Amino acid sequence: MAVPAYYTRGETVIYYAVRVFVALVLLFLIAPILAVMPLSFNSESFFTYPMPGLSLKWYDDFFFNPRWSGSVKMSFLVAIATTILATALGTLAALGLARANFPAKATVMAILISPMIVPVIISAVGMFKFYASLDLVGTRLGIILAHTALATPFVVITVTATLASFDRTLMRAGASCGAAPHTVFFKVVMPLILPGMISGALFAFVTSFDEVVVVLFLASPEDRTLPLQMFSGIREMISPTITAAATVLVLISTAMLVALELLRRRSERLRGVAPG
Amino acid sequence: MAQALPNDGVMRAADGTPLKVALARAGRAERLKAVALVLPLFAFIIFSFVVPIFIMLYNSVYDPDVAENMPRTVLALKTWDGKDLPPEEVFAAFVADMKTAQQNKQTALIGKRLNYEMSGIRSKVVATGRKIGSIEAAPYRDQVIAIDKVWGQPETWATIKRSSSDYTPFYILSMLDLRQTPDGSIEAVPADRAIYRSILARTLGISLLVTLLTLVLGYPVAYLLATSPQRTASILMIFVLLPFWTSLLVRTTAWMVLMTDGGVFAGLLHFTGITWFLNLTGVLNGEPQLFKTRFATVVAMTHIQLPFTLLPIYSVMKTISPTYMRAAKSLGGTPFYSFLRVYMPQTLPGVAAGCLLTFILCLGYYITPAIVGGPTDQMISGFIERAINSENNWGKASALGVILLTATLILYYVYNKLVGIDRMKLG
Amino acid sequence: MKKFATLLGVALLAGSALGAAQAYAADELTITSWGGAYQEAQRKSQFEPYIALGNKITEAEYTGEIAKIRAMVEAKAVTWDVVSVDSQTVLAGCAEGIFETIDWNKLGLDRANFLGSDVTDCGLPTDLYSTVVAFDTTKTKEPADLFEALYDTAKYPGKRALQKNPYMNLEWALMADGVAPGDVYKVLGTEEGVDRAFKKLDTIKKDVVWWDTGAQGPQLLADGQVVFASSWNGRFYKAIMADSKPFKIIWDRQAPDTEFWAITKGTPKLEEAYRFVSFAGQPKQQAEQANNIPYGPSNKDSMALVKPEILPHLPTAPANLNTVFYADQQFWADKGDELRERFNAWLAQ
Repeated sequence: MAVPAYYTRGETVIYYAVRVFVALVLLFLIAPILAVMPLSFNSESFFTYPMPGLSLKWYDDFFFNPRWSGSVKMSFLVAIATTILATALGTLAALGLARANFPAKATVMAILISPMIVPVIISAVGMFKFYASLDLVGTRLGIILAHTALATPFVVITVTATLASFDRTLMRAGASCGAAPHTVFFKVVMPLILPGMISGALFAFVTSFDEVVVVLFLASPEDRTLPLQMFSGIREMISPTITAAATVLVLISTAMLVALELLRRRSERLRGVAPG
Repeated sequence: MAQALPNDGVMRAADGTPLKVALARAGRAERLKAVALVLPLFAFIIFSFVVPIFIMLYNSVYDPDVAENMPRTVLALKTWDGKDLPPEEVFAAFVADMKTAQQNKQTALIGKRLNYEMSGIRSKVVATGRKIGSIEAAPYRDQVIAIDKVWGQPETWATIKRSSSDYTPFYILSMLDLRQTPDGSIEAVPADRAIYRSILARTLGISLLVTLLTLVLGYPVAYLLATSPQRTASILMIFVLLPFWTSLLVRTTAWMVLMTDGGVFAGLLHFTGITWFLNLTGVLNGEPQLFKTRFATVVAMTHIQLPFTLLPIYSVMKTISPTYMRAAKSLGGTPFYSFLRVYMPQTLPGVAAGCLLTFILCLGYYITPAIVGGPTDQMISGFIERAINSENNWGKASALGVILLTATLILYYVYNKLVGIDRMKLG
Repeated sequence: MKKFATLLGVALLAGSALGAAQAYAADELTITSWGGAYQEAQRKSQFEPYIALGNKITEAEYTGEIAKIRAMVEAKAVTWDVVSVDSQTVLAGCAEGIFETIDWNKLGLDRANFLGSDVTDCGLPTDLYSTVVAFDTTKTKEPADLFEALYDTAKYPGKRALQKNPYMNLEWALMADGVAPGDVYKVLGTEEGVDRAFKKLDTIKKDVVWWDTGAQGPQLLADGQVVFASSWNGRFYKAIMADSKPFKIIWDRQAPDTEFWAITKGTPKLEEAYRFVSFAGQPKQQAEQANNIPYGPSNKDSMALVKPEILPHLPTAPANLNTVFYADQQFWADKGDELRERFNAWLAQ
């Protein structure tokens, strides 16, 4: 962190000012997420420091009250089904798009990515009306289909990114060695794009697991997901169980982050890029 | 690739077909295979996403309520010149239609639709429906007017005539604070009802402010991340990626908890003396109210969007070779000058990508303003939700949707041209 | 072959996930109410005893939006089978055909035995609650007895928590502006009268925190964020009794109203819905609800079972009835949509 010797006094000031500024911004990014965690151990039901005492009762409520624990189960069910569907559909599409001279590639890509861009309230309202005509409102299948639509762009993007640096001669090499197309896929292509697929799958999982607006319109009361339970909890009566739920969700996202980072390292090692 | 053998001047594939043909055939097969791979997802997105949205948006102009429930009146009004009261047969048709509507419990629907254009008529239609059974024989006109004098005004019938088409410009116009007068010309709505232009301006304003804030806060961080040694950078990166991976709802909840009156944020302002200073300068009187304010909305949105602006800038900065800066410096540029003239221009593609993405995503915010904002901080998405869940006005929701989607798609198009979606990076 | 097996495995997994999604399709009666202390009282007096008989219930909350029920019925996607509704909602909904007409024979109950059963054909009256204003006795210099205190920001400075809904806010505004209680709806029936009410509301707009759910009013008062709050009398009673909050209800211009159980039109669980509503209408259930929250039971046989200490807290207690304001529910059923839209526009300005 030493200032280069040739810096003038003014430049030295700027050098330190930038670092202080960046430190403050990073604090701004992380502090709210960390500050909410201790409050989940508060023995009283309000949100101010100092806390009068510590308690695990909000966690007890979160894990053992069927409303909360049921919503966690529901979220996992929907997110896992969404992840499987989105990863399968998204990976196939990315493989197709990566092939040379795909017709109207830019337009097709723009349509496939659009669920990520279109404001989610518009998607939710549209789906509510259309899915209602198919009797899909209030069913889990409806939520899964809607979430899959919202999640596939992430898979398409991550797998496409992996394929961009993918050496296609490897496939020809495989084929010329006499391997059948599906053998080539599983033995050659799959291991190389797997990191992209997994990180796409993680994104798909998180997209579904965090989504609240679409469920607000599509879910039946007995199929509350965790974000929906949190959102209605916030509007209904602010119970500190929300902070316990938030803490658990932060831990889950931390696990996701670690998984993704490990994948990135593995993928760089596989491709011979210098490890980070 | 097939191996070509030289023969009579034509390049041939191993099986003897001319290479050109073989290549074209292979190309076609390749393309077919590619299409087959993309097709499942493409069909799925069209069916489960694109079609529902278009059907929904169609509601912004499609408006069959009056035509469906008052078919006889609509038909009878066709020949009416619109000057005086309509002739007796219109009233006869009206009585017949209202009787049917009352039986089918559709009067509220008719009233609701007419009320959009003629404030106050809904309750009159419903009340008329309740009393229409007492009219048994001609002449109808005076009996109908006796139920409510609103039926004695030509404007009422002009409104019905205007709403009798299956298609209406009404919703889109009213979302631009415009309306059609009974004679068909377009005018601005009264000032106390004109809110939609200001809501659009508010949505764009908040999005712009948040985008600028994320740029100002994010740029130096991206710079330091991209130029620090790998080990330091990886640690700093956690500060950016952890919020990025944490759900929007959790982060909004965090801000809600921190911003409650007398909460952590107010305590921090107090502790650092900012509250004291603001009171001294007269900006504030007493403790600040943060929760349910524009301030809280902008701060929370900036927090959520910061990684979206920062990461594309960072990934562009990573590709800028340090040799440029060294060259600039060795040619006598001060570090500041070299940064401004050599480094910064090269980061512009990343800035454009990050800012556009953030701006696009900001336009659609609903959850965050709903939780930490007050009534005057709600953006277009919030009004779409309210139009459906509290007013049951699909036409209005769809018209707002058309406006929001148009704005988004224009920016998406720009983004696509400028950055290219296939170059979009995540994490 | 192994790869094929893996692929098959993934396909089966996806299939079973989807299958599970289908199989779980709603088989429980969904009952929607107003959340918070009221739903808690309904839970103790009706839901839990009903579940104890071997039935299944899913609870949901709403904030009284008739639009949500309409949207369900129109989309033919009814997920709320039984809904707790106030008079204006059941009146409007009955006219529009979004609620079932109650077949009292099927309920096995005597309609004449229920107070308020003549209001509508589409609901079973459950109780009489009241919309009131309360204040924190420790936050005001002198106690407020009259509802006008809400508008007297000079004498009673501080924020006020009001419902994000024009109901009673417009009435209180007009009465504070000098309109006699008997003339309120005559004035409110005109465009100028509505303008007048909003003008009066303008005078306190910057001092108002708007609430959505019934629990928020007392909570804002408890957190010290406001000095006055409107809510329903039972919500304040809970805060005063259970949480010993220093609140006092202003009974002046309280607006009593009847609450109903209504069955959503097009529910696939009509039979179960009837069974529940019939159960909820029993004297014991209604009395038990009153013992949990001070709303007067509608079943005339229930009153004898209500604990005596609850009686003075009911909206109908003689001491509370001196300056009662009877809101015109038919007026709201007819004009509610217009006024709500106007109110929403006013809020957003």
